[in-house]
Amino acid sequence: MEVWMSIAVGILFAVAVYLILSRSLLRIILGTSILTHGVHLLLLTMSRLKSGAPPLLGEESGSYVDPLPQALILTSIVINFGVTAFFFVLAYRSYLKLKTDDMEEVKMESDE
Amino acid sequence: MTNNLLIMPLLIPLIAAVLQIFGMRHVPVQRWLGGIAVIVNVGVAVWIVITVRMEGIQTLAMSGWAAPYGIVFVADMFAALLVLTTSILGAVCLFYAFASIGEEREKHHFYPFFQFLLVGVYGSFLTGDLFNLFVCFEVMLVSSYALIVLGGTKRQLQVTLKYILINIVSSSLFVASMAYLYAAVGTLNMAHLSQRVSEAGQDGIIGVIAFLFLIVFGLKAGLFLFFWLPGSYAAPPSVITAIFAGLLTKVGLYAIIRTFTLIFYHDTGFLYTLIGWMGIASMVLGVIGAVAYRDVNKILVYNVVAGVGLIAFGLATANVAGIEGAIFYMLHDMIVKALLFLLAGIMIGALGTTNLKDMSGLIKRYPFTGWMFFITGLALAGVPPLSGFIGKLLIVQGGLERGWYTMTIISLIASLLMLYSVMRIFMLAFWGKDRPLIDDRAVFQDSPEVKREVYHEWSPFRPRRLMAASSVLFAFVILIGLGAGWIQTFVAQAADVLVHPTLYIQAVLKE
Repeated sequence: MEVWMSIAVGILFAVAVYLILSRSLLRIILGTSILTHGVHLLLLTMSRLKSGAPPLLGEESGSYVDPLPQALILTSIVINFGVTAFFFVLAYRSYLKLKTDDMEEVKMESDE
Repeated sequence: MTNNLLIMPLLIPLIAAVLQIFGMRHVPVQRWLGGIAVIVNVGVAVWIVITVRMEGIQTLAMSGWAAPYGIVFVADMFAALLVLTTSILGAVCLFYAFASIGEEREKHHFYPFFQFLLVGVYGSFLTGDLFNLFVCFEVMLVSSYALIVLGGTKRQLQVTLKYILINIVSSSLFVASMAYLYAAVGTLNMAHLSQRVSEAGQDGIIGVIAFLFLIVFGLKAGLFLFFWLPGSYAAPPSVITAIFAGLLTKVGLYAIIRTFTLIFYHDTGFLYTLIGWMGIASMVLGVIGAVAYRDVNKILVYNVVAGVGLIAFGLATANVAGIEGAIFYMLHDMIVKALLFLLAGIMIGALGTTNLKDMSGLIKRYPFTGWMFFITGLALAGVPPLSGFIGKLLIVQGGLERGWYTMTIISLIASLLMLYSVMRIFMLAFWGKDRPLIDDRAVFQDSPEVKREVYHEWSPFRPRRLMAASSVLFAFVILIGLGAGWIQTFVAQAADVLVHPTLYIQAVLKE
């Protein structure tokens, strides 16, 4: 199972890198979103996948899942949600101001 | 020692920021809240330093969950000194902002973002948990995104898109490397990590993970991977650039120093040599940039890169002298870099341009600013009685002890070029023929629009207050230099913990 998940993570990373390297700003933002999804999946996979056990460490429970990565992923999702929302708003603002969403045209300032 | 004091540097700005959001329409309320918060925080930071000095490393386990399970805050002397420097920088920059940031930005949440930025920085310095470090990093970065784009000029939008993208990618890599580390050793508490890594040995997989962390923090600190830095830092108003130059890159550096002295300290061969070369490369490329450009902001930004390189080089020597030097130089660098940007802000505000070609003759109108800039430039290069000297001397000593003669010589040459680049600003901007100030020029009086673009801000330019704020930092540049022997005792205590990770582990895990 871990192997398949790792492959899935690899595919997500590849898609994300492809999107981030494209020119359209929206694709780039989607790329960063997919990248963080890949990272979250990686975090989940890295803590060993176990099915049918609750993330609780009780006195009696025979098997349990490590709850820490899930807490970490939750935190990371929240942060990523905020950052992505901000990025979208920023993209919209810069589209209004710069009249383009093409990163090639969003050139740096004239470097003297 | 458990001590609730450690949460105060975060709580105070956090509460101030929340109250400021409620009082967003009333600028004076926001100013008072911010001003009180930063000054109280200086007091708290001094208290933390004194406590750590008297009683050793302080820890705080959140909600009473003991160390490897809950989140801990740890203040050793290194963190405490950085918190103190941050609080001083924060206070000075806030008062500088009062006189320069302009009403538009004040009404659009400049002050809350500023406080949130400080929350993130303090959190990063104090936390003893790797994931919590990531969270504090994000608090700091999200505020920095907002601060860098606040005002919404074309140039700011252009650079912010890139700045956010590079930081999202590096944050993702941060979480990914944390996932690998968790899989390898099964903990994220830094003290616990240190123990587990020592037991498992730092070869093979853990070496690769350490390398990943180096890339992540290198991106954040602008250590060799600084391609994103010059553009982003040159766009926002001077006070924001000053706080970024003083704090953000240093947080990345702090993370490098902390992880590579506490957790991944076993492999001093390959990884430390790599950090050393990355530092040297940043210095060389940084000074080349600083010498090449004719734009005040650009020159200073490239000096930031060079400074980061020197500190990393101090760490890489991995001996007591080098690490003490790195700590000392880092404290000095935070203050001096912020001060240079604040002084440059006065120059830019006066003449309305960042290009050195259009600057000259400021010394007549602003003699005090001019000489402050001159002496700060000397301090930057490490001229003896000033703050940079001891740090640089120790780093050089560390480099020689390690036997890295070529690298040490390169770093000294780079220091000379740093001095040259700053002196060139001084000579071109302050000497030469007198020019009319921006407010006197007829062109701008008709078109406030043009003036805004030139300033990059809607600035009420009040040079006297700006100078007053800057001179506080300037006093520290002199005092650190004169009291170097006394401060050295604090730095030695800080370096002691970095050189002997067991002290940190014992304090946190209480074995």
